[in-house]
Amino acid sequence: MFAYIVRRMFQSVIVLLVVGLVAFSMFRFVGDPIDNMLGQERTQADIDRLRGELGLDKPFPVQYFKFLQGAVQGNFGVSYRQGRPVSTIIAERAPATLELAFVSGFLAITMGIALGVFTAIRRRGVAANIIMTVSLIGVSLPTFLIGILLIYIFSVELDLLPSFGRGETVMLGNWSTGFLTASGLKALILPAITLGLYQMTLIMRLVRSEMLEVLRADYVRFARARGLSDRVINFRHALKNTLVPVITITGLQLGSIIAFAIITETVFQWPGVGLLFINAIQFVDIPVMAAYLMLISVMFVSINLIVDLLYYAIDPRLRVDARAT
Amino acid sequence: MKLRNLMIAASATALMAAGASAETLRWARAGDALTLDPHSQNEGPSHTIRHQMYEPLIIRDVTGAFEPALATEWGPKADDPNVWVFKLREGVKFHDGADFNAEDVVFSFERAKQPNSDMKELIGSITEVRAVDDYTVEIVTDGPNPILPSNLTNLFILDKGWAEANDTVNVQDFEGGEITYATTNANGTGPYILQSREPDVKTVMVRNDNYWGIDQFPMEVTEIVYTPIQNAATRVAAMLSGEVNFLQDMPVQDIERVNGADGLMVKQAPQNRVIFFGMNQGADDIEADNVDGKNPLADVRVRQAMSMAINRDAIKQIVMRGQSQPAGMIAPPFVNGWTAEMDGESSTDLEKAKELMAEAGYGDGFSLRLDCPNDRYINDEAICQAAVGMLGQIGVTVNLDAKPKAQHFPLITDGKTDFYMLGWGVPTYDSEYIFNFLVHGREDDIGTWNGTGYQDDALDEKIKSLASNTDLDARNADIADIWRVVQDEALYIPIHHQVLNWGMAEGVGIEVDAEDQPKVKYFTMN
Repeated sequence: MFAYIVRRMFQSVIVLLVVGLVAFSMFRFVGDPIDNMLGQERTQADIDRLRGELGLDKPFPVQYFKFLQGAVQGNFGVSYRQGRPVSTIIAERAPATLELAFVSGFLAITMGIALGVFTAIRRRGVAANIIMTVSLIGVSLPTFLIGILLIYIFSVELDLLPSFGRGETVMLGNWSTGFLTASGLKALILPAITLGLYQMTLIMRLVRSEMLEVLRADYVRFARARGLSDRVINFRHALKNTLVPVITITGLQLGSIIAFAIITETVFQWPGVGLLFINAIQFVDIPVMAAYLMLISVMFVSINLIVDLLYYAIDPRLRVDARAT
Repeated sequence: MKLRNLMIAASATALMAAGASAETLRWARAGDALTLDPHSQNEGPSHTIRHQMYEPLIIRDVTGAFEPALATEWGPKADDPNVWVFKLREGVKFHDGADFNAEDVVFSFERAKQPNSDMKELIGSITEVRAVDDYTVEIVTDGPNPILPSNLTNLFILDKGWAEANDTVNVQDFEGGEITYATTNANGTGPYILQSREPDVKTVMVRNDNYWGIDQFPMEVTEIVYTPIQNAATRVAAMLSGEVNFLQDMPVQDIERVNGADGLMVKQAPQNRVIFFGMNQGADDIEADNVDGKNPLADVRVRQAMSMAINRDAIKQIVMRGQSQPAGMIAPPFVNGWTAEMDGESSTDLEKAKELMAEAGYGDGFSLRLDCPNDRYINDEAICQAAVGMLGQIGVTVNLDAKPKAQHFPLITDGKTDFYMLGWGVPTYDSEYIFNFLVHGREDDIGTWNGTGYQDDALDEKIKSLASNTDLDARNADIADIWRVVQDEALYIPIHHQVLNWGMAEGVGIEVDAEDQPKVKYFTMN
């Protein structure tokens, strides 16, 4: 077990290093940050001075090494665009993204499971068919279009919900939360739906097909023969057995909800790390891009690591293999 | 009955009170100020936010004309052309209650000349600023500088005592990530006081009821809530839904929509920005074409023919949806040196253009790469696409290479493009600025944006002499001469002047200014 964990950790570190290396080799193609940082009145001397100060005159492996050196000590450098430490900016922006991800993840799971069970049980019902058809839209429409569509309907036409921003926020220590004000909660609705819709349909379709499979199983048939009520059969016996793959997928999807909040945040001007990243790309803000990419890869790598370790704990066969080798 | 009257009276009073106190300007545009430090980051949105809270000695009003701010009178000293004298406004207080006087001006200019300052280039000619008395300041330059006031309209004055007390005597080291008190706080003399600020999210300002000009200007906005909204569609939606009542950076395609909506309107004015193509005519051979050993762009007839092939009216109608003003010279209309005749010198004449091409020996045409930005100017890439088709008609086959601005502009400054799009604004409102950057031969600190390879020593000398020529008539004559050369040599292909659009809700009253810098003290609300 210990050797397995160490090996997995070692692999994770290599993955992180490679992600960083690829990222740094790409930054050169995004453009020259100097141009955005100095006004049109700059002289060649200004350009050379700034390039030297930022270390941009060095080859990219050297820049990457310097970044790693800082990152290990928790120092991600200074944003070219905002002139503030990247770690401060990310810490400021993270609550917005995490709250949004949490709410849309919660929405996706509860609604996804509920609708999945419903469409599986009432397989031939009109309502179930309508839900299945509508869910196709959720899977196929791109996020930005859904966002704009929701804004158009609920903000412009009905004037019910705000079209942008987080509303009023309250500071709890270093954490800015929108959960405690009416405008903060209202502002959450549209972005959360936009971000969670895809995951919700995914979970719903997964639950439905698993459920249909399980409902055909022998033990369900025997349970029926025993005269158990539908409620007990559907929820205690069938649903429980469908949840194993759902949990796996949900865990992985949680990572992508945070990582792919970029588009939703841009459409709704949601002040999270995704919007920060988009701004960084446009400005060629290398320290912010680097920190964000590393952060996201750390997140994916650790989720994967945890999932793998869970498998190891759950599946005895893996343990037997490990002992044999 | 009595009770009812009382209630009506009470609710009427309440309504009036609400009406008088709740004039909030909910203002959105694409970007946010980068910092509040008055002398860091010489950049449009940053200056716009600072203008509400800080003041320079002189500002430009909505028409672009000078207007006294912290200085009431100014002029060159009678016996010394190297000195400008500024009389300061008396009785002005900073937001924290401190008095404004000459000491603060001297301090602010010295601060703006520090190495970390982004404003130092604009006041590079200033060698000394001295206080004569509490309300008189003399600014000494290294030679006569007839257009000094033009360089001072974004040079903000802060309180010496406040800066010293809060340890912000030095301009923040922006690239080094330094955060000082002045980056997040403001203490100016301006019409609005900073209340709260979250960078990139929201900035709130309230009216300064002790402002010196409170009776002089409308000052009807009591609170400003400024929110950057980056996505163009969301920005317009926020305006349509009434969450925002003043909008900058209006997307061209949504103007009709906003104008058609109830209670909203779009106002427009020519912007201080002209869009044009530059051509590398100085090189013997260029890399971007298919002609070996020769540079077709070096022939003035080819350049003229290319200019004649561009149908500026079609670009205006189709690409810009009417939101542009075809240009014949690369100076915005209100700049000193601009003339209507020269701005009308561009024409579309395909027959003549083909003749010129044949005369120059390129009757069969040639091919050329055009470098174009795709996120900098209004519909920049679409303009380039239109130009590709138009130039094709005279046999110039253009390959378009459109890139984000961060990749495009280094091509020009590093001399790696032979045919490119560029836009230019003139903050000083004087042609000298254009000549210095776009016409003078390229050197380390002058002609930095001249990617044409054009260089003429006599012309360069004339450009340099403008800086210290105090005889304004002679200076203007020189400016006209230089323009004549630029026009005759077809140094650039002018396309159009951009038009600026501001969206506003009914009741918000303001005229669009060419600098794209709304100053809220001029706003009326009803």
